[in-house]
Amino acid sequence: MNVLHFIQQFFSDSAHWHGYDGIPTRLREHVQYSLIALGIAAAIGLPVGLVTGHTGRGGNSLALIATAARALPSFGLLVLMFVLLGLGHLPVMIPLVVLAVPPILVTTYEAMRSVDPSPVDAARGMGMAESRILFHVELPVALPLILSGLRSAAIQIVSTATIAAYVSLGGLGRYIVDGLYQRNYEKVVGGASLVAVLALVTLGFFWAVARLTVSPGVRRGH
Amino acid sequence: MIRIDSVTKRYPDGTVAVDRLSLDIPDRAITVFVGPSGCGKTTTLRMINRMIEPSEGTILIDGKDILKEPVNTLRRSMGYVIQNAGLFQHRTIIDNIATVPRLLGWDKARARDRARELMGRVGLDPALAKRYPYQLSGGQQQRVGVARALAADPPVLLMDEPFSAVDPIVRKGLQDELLRIQDELGKTIVFVTHDIDEAVKIGTKVAVMRTGGRLAQFAPPAELLTDPADAFVEDFLGADRGIRRLSFFPAAGLPLLTTPVVAVDATAEQIAARATPDVPYLLVTGLDGRPLGWGEPHTLTAGRIDPARLIGHGRPFEHATESLRAALDCAVLSPTGWAVAVGADGRVTGVVSQQTVAEAIRSAHAAAPADEKAAR
Repeated sequence: MNVLHFIQQFFSDSAHWHGYDGIPTRLREHVQYSLIALGIAAAIGLPVGLVTGHTGRGGNSLALIATAARALPSFGLLVLMFVLLGLGHLPVMIPLVVLAVPPILVTTYEAMRSVDPSPVDAARGMGMAESRILFHVELPVALPLILSGLRSAAIQIVSTATIAAYVSLGGLGRYIVDGLYQRNYEKVVGGASLVAVLALVTLGFFWAVARLTVSPGVRRGH
Repeated sequence: MIRIDSVTKRYPDGTVAVDRLSLDIPDRAITVFVGPSGCGKTTTLRMINRMIEPSEGTILIDGKDILKEPVNTLRRSMGYVIQNAGLFQHRTIIDNIATVPRLLGWDKARARDRARELMGRVGLDPALAKRYPYQLSGGQQQRVGVARALAADPPVLLMDEPFSAVDPIVRKGLQDELLRIQDELGKTIVFVTHDIDEAVKIGTKVAVMRTGGRLAQFAPPAELLTDPADAFVEDFLGADRGIRRLSFFPAAGLPLLTTPVVAVDATAEQIAARATPDVPYLLVTGLDGRPLGWGEPHTLTAGRIDPARLIGHGRPFEHATESLRAALDCAVLSPTGWAVAVGADGRVTGVVSQQTVAEAIRSAHAAAPADEKAAR
C-alpha cells in the first residue's frame, strides 16, 4: 500500500466520476470558489496597488495592513466567520480573500514602484495624461511582477479552498475531509493529488497569460 | 521667443532653486543652460514645460503666458529629451517614436510613416524599427529619444542633459548630429548640460548659472570665452579658454605655402628648386596628392623617394572648414613644427608654420569680435 496505489485505486473507481460527489462536480466547485475568491481579491488588490504604486503614497500603511493580514490564520478565520455568519459561501470567501489580497496588493505596489522613473518622466513631459501613463507606460513594464503576485495568490487560494469542506461546502476538500473522517485514505490521497494538479494547472495558466500579454521588450530579464 | 521674466522657484523647505531669472530665449537657435550641479538649470528647463511650476514670475512663449494653456497641450507642442532617453521598453523603436503623433490623434499608419522618416533624419538604420529598446546601444537609444521628441514637429525642443550618459566618442557624434539636424530644421532648442565644452560647441547662446539659481552670464560662446563676466564664469570655463576660443576663428584665412611640397616621383631639379633656406624640410606627397611625410632635401633621392624613411606629418587639418584651433594643434603636434593643410578630398593644399599660425591668431584677435560666430 503506497501513495501511488491509493491514487490508482481512487481514479479507477468509476463511482468517483459521477454524481454530486463525483470528481467533475467537486472540481467545478473548487474552481468556482477559487475564481470568485481570486476575482474579489484582485478587484481589491489591483486598483489599490496600481494607484498607490503610481502615486507613491500610502506605501507604509499598505505594508502594515498586508503584514497583519498575512498573520491571520485562514482556518481560524474560517471557523470564526462560520460562528459569526453561519453556513454559506460568505464565511469561506472571507478567509480566502484575506489570504489573497496581500500578495496581490504588495506585489502590484512593488511592481509599480520598481518601474524605471525616466520613461514616466518622458511620458509626462510629452503631454501624456496620468491615467494613460499608468496604463500605457507603467503597467506594461510592471506586468510580469503583477502577474507573479496574482499567481501566488491563485495558488494559495486553490490549496486553501479545501477548507471550505469543513463548513459543509463542496470542492476537492470534500474528499480530504470525508476521507479522513471515514478513514478512507484512498479518498484523502486522491483529493490531495487533485488539488496539487489544479495548482500546477494554475501555474501553467499564468505562464501562458504572461507569454501572451507581456511585451517581448519587457520579458527579457524576467 | 521664450521669455523668462523674473522667475523664482522656491521649495516649501525654503531652498531657492532659481532666483529671479530673466532672459529671452531666441527662436530657431540653441540656447544652452550650463552650470555646476544645483545651479537650477534643470529646474529652469522643467519650468518651461511646466513639469515644475514657478513660485514667482512668468514664462511667455510668443507673448502667451504658458500657465494660460492646458498643460498637456503645452507639453505636446514641445519635444522633450532626457538623460537616459526614457524609452518605453515594451514598445518597438518605431512605436516609441510615434508616441506623440498618436497622442495627437494621428492614425497608426500615418504616425509610423512619420516615425520611419524621423529614423532616417536622426541617422538610425531603418532595420531597427521593429527592435525593442534593450536591443540598442546607449547612443542609438538617445537618437530614438531625439526622434521621438521631433515626431510631431514641435517648434520647441527641450533637452535635459541628453548626451551625458554616453561615452565621449558617441557624445561627439550625437552633438554633430544635433547641429546637423538643427541646420535642417531650425528649432528653438533649450539645452541643459553641466559640460562647458558641450555648451560652447553647440550653443548659439550660453546661459552660465551659478549655485543658488542665479544667472552669471548670458552670451554667445565666443564672447563668453573672450570676455567672462566675473571670476566664477572664468573659473567655470577652465584654464585653456584662450586655446578653445580659437575654434571660433576659421583656418581658411591662413596663408599657405605650396613651394615646400614635392611629389614622391620628383626629379632632382624639382627638389633643388623647392628647397629654400627658410624651409628646412620638404613635404612629400603620394601620386594621389595625399601627404606621405617630411624629409630634408639632401636625403631625398630623386625619382624614387622612400616613404619609409620620411618623418611623420602628424594629423593634417582641413583648410576650408576647420578652425585656427585645429591648425595650431596640427602645427604643435607636427615633428617639424609645420602643419599640413588638405582639401575635403584629402589632397595637400599647402603647409603652414607655427609662426604663421601665431600671426593669424594675433590678427584674428585684433579683428574680433566682428565675425567670430561665422567660423562655426
